[in-house]
Amino acid sequence: MTRPIRALVSLIAMLVLAASCGDDDTEPAAAPSPDEPVTITLLTHDSFAVEAELLEAFAQETGITVELLSSGDTGQLISQSILSAGAPLGDVLFGVDNTFLQRALDADLFTPYEAAGLDRVPDEFEIDPEYRVTPIDFGDVCINYWTAALPGPAPTSLEDLLDPTYAGELVVQNPESSSPGLAFLLATIAGTDDWEQFWTDLRGNGVSITPDWESAYNGEFISGGGDRSMVVSYASSPPAEVMFAAEPIDEPPTGVLLDSCYRQIEFAGVLAGTEHPEAAGRLIEFLLSKPFQEGIPEAMFVFPVVDDAALPTEWAAHARLADEPHLLDPAEVEANREEWTDRWVEIVLG
Amino acid sequence: MGRDRARLITASAVVPVGFLGLFFAYPVATVLWRGLGFEGDVALADLLGSGRTRDAVWFTVWQAAVSTVLTVAVALPGAAALARSRPRTQRRLRALVTIPFVLPTVVVAGAFAELFVRFGLDDGPVRLRHTVWAILLAHVFFNYAVVVRTVGSFWAGLDGRLEEQARVLGAGRVRTFREVTLPRLRPAIAAAASIVFLFSFTSFGVVLVLGGPRQATIETEIYRHAVLRTDFASAAALAVVQLVAVMVLVALANRLERTRPLTQRAGHRPGLRRSRLGGAVNGLGVGTLLGLPILVVVERSLTVGDRYGLTNYRALGTRLTMLPAPATTAIRNSLVYAAVATAIALAVGTIAALVVVHGRGALRHVLDLGLTLPLGTSAVTIGFGILIALDQPPLDLRTTWWIVPIAHSLVGIPFVVRTMVPVLRRIDPSLREAAAVLGASPGRVRREIDLPIAARGMLVGASFAFAVSMGEFGATAFIPRRPDTLTAPQALFRMLSTPGELVRGQAMALAVILMLVVAVAVLAIESVRGSDEGTF
Repeated sequence: MTRPIRALVSLIAMLVLAASCGDDDTEPAAAPSPDEPVTITLLTHDSFAVEAELLEAFAQETGITVELLSSGDTGQLISQSILSAGAPLGDVLFGVDNTFLQRALDADLFTPYEAAGLDRVPDEFEIDPEYRVTPIDFGDVCINYWTAALPGPAPTSLEDLLDPTYAGELVVQNPESSSPGLAFLLATIAGTDDWEQFWTDLRGNGVSITPDWESAYNGEFISGGGDRSMVVSYASSPPAEVMFAAEPIDEPPTGVLLDSCYRQIEFAGVLAGTEHPEAAGRLIEFLLSKPFQEGIPEAMFVFPVVDDAALPTEWAAHARLADEPHLLDPAEVEANREEWTDRWVEIVLG
Repeated sequence: MGRDRARLITASAVVPVGFLGLFFAYPVATVLWRGLGFEGDVALADLLGSGRTRDAVWFTVWQAAVSTVLTVAVALPGAAALARSRPRTQRRLRALVTIPFVLPTVVVAGAFAELFVRFGLDDGPVRLRHTVWAILLAHVFFNYAVVVRTVGSFWAGLDGRLEEQARVLGAGRVRTFREVTLPRLRPAIAAAASIVFLFSFTSFGVVLVLGGPRQATIETEIYRHAVLRTDFASAAALAVVQLVAVMVLVALANRLERTRPLTQRAGHRPGLRRSRLGGAVNGLGVGTLLGLPILVVVERSLTVGDRYGLTNYRALGTRLTMLPAPATTAIRNSLVYAAVATAIALAVGTIAALVVVHGRGALRHVLDLGLTLPLGTSAVTIGFGILIALDQPPLDLRTTWWIVPIAHSLVGIPFVVRTMVPVLRRIDPSLREAAAVLGASPGRVRREIDLPIAARGMLVGASFAFAVSMGEFGATAFIPRRPDTLTAPQALFRMLSTPGELVRGQAMALAVILMLVVAVAVLAIESVRGSDEGTF
């Protein structure tokens, strides 16, 4: 394509085509009667995964075709949704967690829907009394350790991390740029008497800071070739180490410090402004259904919220959850987050 | 005749202007307007008064400037080597040096970090880890190809007889280079340098991972405010600062580049003498800088437990549970996106380059500046802009398949323009006049004189547009897409966010395949013309 004229013509053709594709996707549908086939969009983050057969079965059963739209991580998803609140990108949003929840609620992103499936969900997960969001999965952010490389006995409490035995052994993520990093900061705020002193001491004990999970776990932690034996990761990381071991192994090489866990709960909600509230509600029920819930661990490395979902073998064997995880009220997190992270920066990086 | 041609060229400016207006200027203006609407004037004043922002702005500018100077210094000998090598070797060298360009920053940062550990540079007397040196090194690694290829291709087309005359008249080698060659290379160096500067200016992953937790640039600050704090006012204010800085710096670079060099006549081999020692030192140094990180990635991809093997490669066809599609599908998606993005960049960029060189009035300066801006604009600004500006029919394009290659082409277009413009400017007007006197129509002059000569720059630009698209991560992450249309870098990133040796190994295998695909594609794109020797 070298001649300007020809290039011009084909470019215009391309743009027309692009514009017409756009029209197809957003044809404003008339309000459908319940049994008419409809297509709705589930807006989510890049970590969302589902077996295609499950969505096909859902479409067969209900006449509702679900289109998936994913973009970035949780932070990107929420800020995008807030920016585009006037013209939402989808009908249902999945992927807001309890550290971002209040921000989404403050922006009036959701319209209430009380799911029937909630009767199988323990009360501790139902954070929003107005049912604007429905809990779908949860996981714990905890310190993981490479058992064979620990310089002493496995730590059992947050305070143990300050022991000189573990000097230079821990790597954590910057809470200003990383979701597990923020969760761990919140765990220390909820789990120590004086979190500022705790971090001052942790700094004194040689804690290392990375911007994201990848450069912590795959970079500085022993698992990825680094030299530190402790890292902030997830309660689900040990079973993943077994599932994705290079050679089959029976026991994970890593363990979890259960006293350091912060609980992350992920929610779904019907987006305000949807033209298909009824179909959107049925999609929420689908997300709580047993088949979807049982697929959650292997697809997204978190735990199902319903009490009747069975865990995969590796998970049942190797995944451990904290009995009393740390947890803060989403409103408290939202109100203090900037102050806390600013203070953290002063203490740890200043 | 001349006037008709100029008119036609000016009229065809509607294509690049329209494209840029619709997919860049309008979205960016919308998002800035919306952002500043949240009391952005207050935010702007607050930010400019804050030490953190001032530090970030200062650090952004100087690290980008130093990265640019270093890259040009390291790459000029490479450009000379490229210019004097045989056409076939040239093609291979060019494909080879383009490889780093496509590697996702998370992979490169990991490879550099491992090298620092292996060579004892992570701690101790000579520490590179978490220093600005690590950032600069990585920027040279990424941008080496930009300078080598832009300047090298231009250099190869220079008439070497001037240098020979200078030597005959008694000038030494250094003086000949400084006083004869360098001034003539200036437009190409300026073009390449401005691209390197903008890439370093908006660098994100490298700064975060290699620079350590204390380094902040305008780019990382925009991300922090927009995404992590949902403080759109501050983010928009910072985006304005970024945009203004980029405009000033690009305008300066364009002025340098526009200085007309001496025109050339016949295509003699450039008058570069091969210095064996210099060549060896240069080859060794560059080979180490570019080769070692790549070798680390290759080695990791072949590691299975304690042994070496191809297991990681074989596994790529099987879908991992956390991916919506097998990695091979992601590679195919990336290839299709890159092909379309390259086609768009070529079509829009070629017209734009002709307008910039032959167009009339202020239009060409505005276009030259405007087309470069996307390179220096944050992925957050562009991504959010598209999201909120292109959201109403008939322009509800934000979720169409096309928006991904279009966003990629925004970065590819400046490459096409910047590599073509110096070449087009160099065309001797007397060649055109001679053709016209001999009875060639304006169309035929353009077809048979301008385009064949410009084709070289065009193909260089095309291969960059392709490589940029294959490796793009930041802007793509901001565009809502169907999960199974994920790109190879996205699949790779997703794999690297999962614990386990197997996924890590497969991610590295995917990175190696990405490099191979780009090397092969660049070779293919550039063999379209068969030989570079017919340039004149």
